[in-house]
Amino acid sequence: MSNEHGNYLTNPKGIWSWLTTVDHKRIGLMYLLFVAISFALGGIFAMLLRLELFFPGQQFFTAKEYNQLFTLHGAVMVFLFIIPSIPATLGNFFLPIMIGAKDVAFPKLNLASLYIYVFGAIFCLASIFLGAVDTGWTFYTPYSTTTDTSVVTMTMGAFILGFSSILTGVNFIVTIHKMRTKGMGWFRMPLFVWSLYATAVIQVLATPVLGITLFLLILETTVGVGIFDPVLGGDPVLFQHFFWFYSHPAVYIMILPAMGIMSELVTTFCKRNIFGYRFVAYSSIAIAIIAFLVWGHHLFVSGQSDYAAMIFSLLTFLVGIPSGIKVFNWMATMYQGSIELKTPFLYFLSFIFLFSIGGFTGIMLASLSLDVYFHDTYFVVAHFHYVMMGGTVIAFLGGLHYWWPKMFGKMYSEFWARIACLFIFVGFNMVFFTQFLLGAKGMPRRYYNYLDQFQPLHAFSTVGTWVLGAGFFIMLFYMLHSLFRGQRAPQNPWGGLTLEWQTSTPPSVHNFDETPIVTGGPYDYGKEDAHV
Amino acid sequence: MKTEKLVGHGWFPQAATDAASGPDSLFYFIYILSIILFIGILFALGYFLVKYKRSPKNMQATGQLIHHPLLEVAWTVIPFILVMIIFAWGYRDFLKMSIPPVDAMELRITGKKWLWQIEYPRYGVKTVGEFVVPVDTPIKLIMSSEDVIHSFFLPNFRVKRDVIPNRYTRIWFQANREGVFQVFCTEYCGAGHSEMLATLRVVSNEEFKEWLKVGSSGGDIPLPQLGEKVYTKYACNTCHSIDGKTGVGPTWKGLYGANRVTESGSVKADDNYIRESIINPNAKLVKGYSPVMPSFAGLLSDREIDAVIEFIKAQK
Amino acid sequence: MSSSTEFVKHEVAHHFVDAEQEFDSAKLGMWTFLVQELLFFSALFVAYAIFRFLYPEMFFEAHKHLSWVMGGINTLFLITSSFTMVMAVRCAQTNQNRLTIINLILTLIFACMFLVIKYFEYSEKFHHGLLPPALFTGEGVAPQLPIFFGLYFAMTGLHGLHVLIGIGLILWLIFRSVRREFHADYYTPLEMVGLYWHFVDLVWIFLFPLFYLIG
Repeated sequence: MSNEHGNYLTNPKGIWSWLTTVDHKRIGLMYLLFVAISFALGGIFAMLLRLELFFPGQQFFTAKEYNQLFTLHGAVMVFLFIIPSIPATLGNFFLPIMIGAKDVAFPKLNLASLYIYVFGAIFCLASIFLGAVDTGWTFYTPYSTTTDTSVVTMTMGAFILGFSSILTGVNFIVTIHKMRTKGMGWFRMPLFVWSLYATAVIQVLATPVLGITLFLLILETTVGVGIFDPVLGGDPVLFQHFFWFYSHPAVYIMILPAMGIMSELVTTFCKRNIFGYRFVAYSSIAIAIIAFLVWGHHLFVSGQSDYAAMIFSLLTFLVGIPSGIKVFNWMATMYQGSIELKTPFLYFLSFIFLFSIGGFTGIMLASLSLDVYFHDTYFVVAHFHYVMMGGTVIAFLGGLHYWWPKMFGKMYSEFWARIACLFIFVGFNMVFFTQFLLGAKGMPRRYYNYLDQFQPLHAFSTVGTWVLGAGFFIMLFYMLHSLFRGQRAPQNPWGGLTLEWQTSTPPSVHNFDETPIVTGGPYDYGKEDAHV
Repeated sequence: MKTEKLVGHGWFPQAATDAASGPDSLFYFIYILSIILFIGILFALGYFLVKYKRSPKNMQATGQLIHHPLLEVAWTVIPFILVMIIFAWGYRDFLKMSIPPVDAMELRITGKKWLWQIEYPRYGVKTVGEFVVPVDTPIKLIMSSEDVIHSFFLPNFRVKRDVIPNRYTRIWFQANREGVFQVFCTEYCGAGHSEMLATLRVVSNEEFKEWLKVGSSGGDIPLPQLGEKVYTKYACNTCHSIDGKTGVGPTWKGLYGANRVTESGSVKADDNYIRESIINPNAKLVKGYSPVMPSFAGLLSDREIDAVIEFIKAQK
Repeated sequence: MSSSTEFVKHEVAHHFVDAEQEFDSAKLGMWTFLVQELLFFSALFVAYAIFRFLYPEMFFEAHKHLSWVMGGINTLFLITSSFTMVMAVRCAQTNQNRLTIINLILTLIFACMFLVIKYFEYSEKFHHGLLPPALFTGEGVAPQLPIFFGLYFAMTGLHGLHVLIGIGLILWLIFRSVRREFHADYYTPLEMVGLYWHFVDLVWIFLFPLFYLIG
């Protein structure tokens, strides 16, 4: 038996104990390491391709190399970084603690998910050296079945990564259903847990469809199946339907946990009970369900029937409403609060700002007549970066700064954290707001070369990536400093009420020295018997 | 005539069709609504941040409001109504833009890596990279691809549709003014994707008839000049440079008379070799290049092929 | 019959409160996993439906190349193996360890027979060149015939892979049964593999009429 009272970071010691651990906290940290490396890699690809676009025509890369760069940027960011980003790191670490459990339901399976992730990642990275893919991360047929790059290796990697995601989803669903501690009713769960539940449902229901689609694509490029091959009477657009049946819900795999973090941040830093708990909880589930019915909005110009386009457009508007209401709920939670402007809350504010812009432009893109114009232009590129990066990544950073003291038992420099947040916010807007302007003028995406008249805007966007990059560089610096030289963190630096703040810092091996019994809601600020 | 600039007219390129007013006005409608709402959000955030900032006087929240039925109904119902209006507006214009009038002039568009070929079935005319249509006339494009998926995008007309192998898709438009407009390929299709451009020239009815007679064939321009025209018009320049740079295909600089190394041996780039490479590009492929060039058989007249050969000769 | 005292006692994993929570978790986990399996196959069935709708004559022609007798025998094998699997679980619940092992071995034999017949079917297709598009050398009237065999090999191949995994799992169960690990108080792995095995059976019950019985 391990020492019940030792902290999880140092008990037991040694690399081997980490590689064979079944502790969800350690697994979460290992994910964090891999996810951070993937983000850096994807970010370097992004900066290189923006550099190429500083001027029109050839600068540093050939057209093919540029195409490989944007494909790798997309594939690494989507499959290796953003899908596992929040659930596999912060989710793994805090889900069991937040519901008062000692671990996830299947700890060995959890470790297996991590290794499957690493195995898949090796395939993805190997594909870079075996003739990097130039299809775009969407692998549209028939281009992907005819190009001479290593589509099979990359899609094999994504296929394997899918199973990592599915198994994590299965694990979370069972954990939430069966592992809640005494008194932890469904409506006493922190909203982050609710959002992870909705995310897990999508992971389990949508990811297998991506798996089989990529499996069919691999078969198509090797022995052929014929169903995507127009020459044989197959239908290349069928691939797009299959692909987006997963990849649109996948957008919610990315954004739902981010919304969960927002709920945690706003309650803690305003010392307020959340406005409309049940709505926020249910809307996660509602979004998860409707998410499966909107994939067709990626195909408004692909020649699907006008009738189908109408249905998909209508449903897309419907899925937007709960997201909007969540924003209103968070803002109403600030009302009459006691607001502390610490770094995590700065990320909360950034999220509201950027996600709102992502939402407004989403409404534009959901309108059929406008989407016909904006489809496959920089407008779409800007929109999904505002949602994925302005939403998910910003929330991830907010969550990371929020829980960092708990995870490592160290504080970081508040001053440098604010500076980094400012750089990221300004840099991000420089990069991507410019791209709204470019897209509205008709600049198509995935263009290696462009018309001279677009040059000033492209150059400005590229400069923005340097500011953004500087922000992340500062973050790397102060986070490392915190790990090795940081001040010891108190048990509950922000005065949070959820269970993770009630246990020691860093948590002990089995999370709690005494199994907690829950008697109230997660955000009972202002109540006499709130346990803080 | 130069292609009209896309930038410099507010958010969108200047419209060249009446149909653009639908999506444009919808955009500005959402845009203004968004700005109002966004300013509201920022104002509320700012106000809360100042008013409820944590201070020795405000260490605990002063209220724990978790429900406000009126507010909740308002912020559910109002956005719902607004998005339904936006939905109906978008769908109406989408339908208008996808159903062509019965009397529209029909053009066949073929996309292939990496050029647009335009055919006028009614007049037996074929062009590449540049097409000419009369003003104030509905034009219907019937499109298909010969290889991968492309997408035909006319920014000034707010229309776009994917161009798919073994299937026909269509769009239509009606120009309300003359000018030269940009065409983009917007579905990623490989190394030459960003060079897969074309221009649309909108002219008066008389000019269009004139163009059908002479303009489309090249008339009696001297061969080297005609060759230069073909070089850009048929998008040879997408892959073949004339300044010695290596592109998707070999450069034309110093090509004529040089020895070409192929997989199966070596061949001299004389008139016959160049002609064969235009008609059947993959017959003697130069080592190190991919077999991606489409055949121009039936697209170029004999005179135009002669002109290309003369033009290549001139690139020393 | 042996009594439960001779069995290996099961230790509840440290993070569970009791054996009941452990069993419930495993069961819910398995069902969730099977839901994802269902969706994994679903895209293939959707593709099948689309192409059968597009080219009904081709499907009719193609199914004549398949032997419904062999498919039928295989269906019987799988249904019987599902039954013996249920019996194995039942015997474990009543502490009849020897019968558990016998039933598991029977299940294993039927599963292997299924693959043997599948092997003969496949080699016959290879012989006639009735293969997915890139390898297709067979003869037929309908030009889209290769698509049928593309789907046939993708779907039955993936199902066959599941049978193979099932065989591995059953071997593992036999090994543990011989060590007397399953009894009335602990039979979770048996029950879970059983669920998986019924799912594999069920997929075949859909595949059989869709490919072998057309028209």
